[in-house]
Amino acid sequence: MIDRDSLVTEDELHAYVDGELPPGRRSAVETWLATHPDDAAAVASWRKQGELIQARYGGVADEATPDRLSVARLACRRRNGWIAVAAAAALVAFIGGGTAGWFAHGAAAAGPSDLKRYTAEALDAYRLYVVEVRHPVEVPGDERPHLTQWLSKRVGSPVRIPELEKMGLKLVGGRLLPGPTGPTAFFMYETPSGERFTLYCGQTKDQPTALRYIAGQRNSAYYWVDNNLFYVLTGPAEQDKLHAIAQAAYDQIDVRLPPQGG
Amino acid sequence: MSDFREQIEAAIPALRRYARALTRDTDAADDIVQDTLVRALRSEHLFHGGDVRAWLYTILTNLNRNRLRTLSRRPVLMPIKDSDAATGGPESGGRDIGRALDDLAEEPRTALLLVVLEGLTYREVAEVQGVPIGTVMSRLARARMQIRSYLDGERPALRRVK
Repeated sequence: MIDRDSLVTEDELHAYVDGELPPGRRSAVETWLATHPDDAAAVASWRKQGELIQARYGGVADEATPDRLSVARLACRRRNGWIAVAAAAALVAFIGGGTAGWFAHGAAAAGPSDLKRYTAEALDAYRLYVVEVRHPVEVPGDERPHLTQWLSKRVGSPVRIPELEKMGLKLVGGRLLPGPTGPTAFFMYETPSGERFTLYCGQTKDQPTALRYIAGQRNSAYYWVDNNLFYVLTGPAEQDKLHAIAQAAYDQIDVRLPPQGG
Repeated sequence: MSDFREQIEAAIPALRRYARALTRDTDAADDIVQDTLVRALRSEHLFHGGDVRAWLYTILTNLNRNRLRTLSRRPVLMPIKDSDAATGGPESGGRDIGRALDDLAEEPRTALLLVVLEGLTYREVAEVQGVPIGTVMSRLARARMQIRSYLDGERPALRRVK
């Protein structure tokens, strides 16, 4: 007759290695291992694997946490987001008339429009980062190919960064932001006098639109949808200049994008 | 700062470690951690006490699965994995633990890393993966058997075409 207590299962061997064995079984397992060299070799290998994994990756937890993973910072963005949504709602109500009609049309045609949320988030992001002197962007503008590749990957669609040098705008760089429907690309441009303009871009299911204008007191934006991406170009509230820049960006992005790989 | 946020903050180093081992790519790992934190903070109003840490591991594990699906649909954008030479691993042809992890299917790899690297109990891993403990055990056994044969220099079974 087999003594049930002396039989050791493979699950128990794993539990032994991982410290999950009930205390009463420990000596039974150790007795078993002393007389079963194959199992003892397996246990030794599993322990070795654990040591190798710890040695290779354990140190990551001791590295300094990058700024972009700061909870205070991410939470702050959330709170400002609410204020911006409220502000944008007020703005839309104020503009009224045609714009509200257009929003209503979008809502009736395709459910709740992402655009309202996007413009609110874009204006929020503009206000948050435009005042940043030392860290306005995560990746500097002179790494344009890397920026394009990285943000295209995160946004999930090929992103084009317009060349606005002819308008006197230098690309400061870009960063990744959490948008209302997923990761969103954020680019910042600067004039020689330090005026800043930002382009906010992410995926949307909304229908393509022409350029639309939304005015605030201190800054304003043009926004549009093209090829399942929405764009919000935000800058100081001087409509003519902003329109010229938005038109230049719109024209460059409007070029038909090549089909996605894969 | 609220208790909820403090718990999230405290979990970040471990989340980065777990994500790094899962992805073997520093940027991709921190991207996933950032998405995890954003999602967790968005759900703050749903939090009424309990273990934030296990919940964060669950979010991160799911995001990584989504990421792998996206990558498999779009091979062009496959990130370059950290090179073994650069991280002090053995030269090519050597038996490297990172490469052994790479060869595992996603579920056994996740189970193994949660137990061995993150110190979760079998019960916690079962919750993170949304499966019974028995399934966690068999994933763990599969991962360890496969890594062992790799480290022992046996010819690995042909499992996946990359």
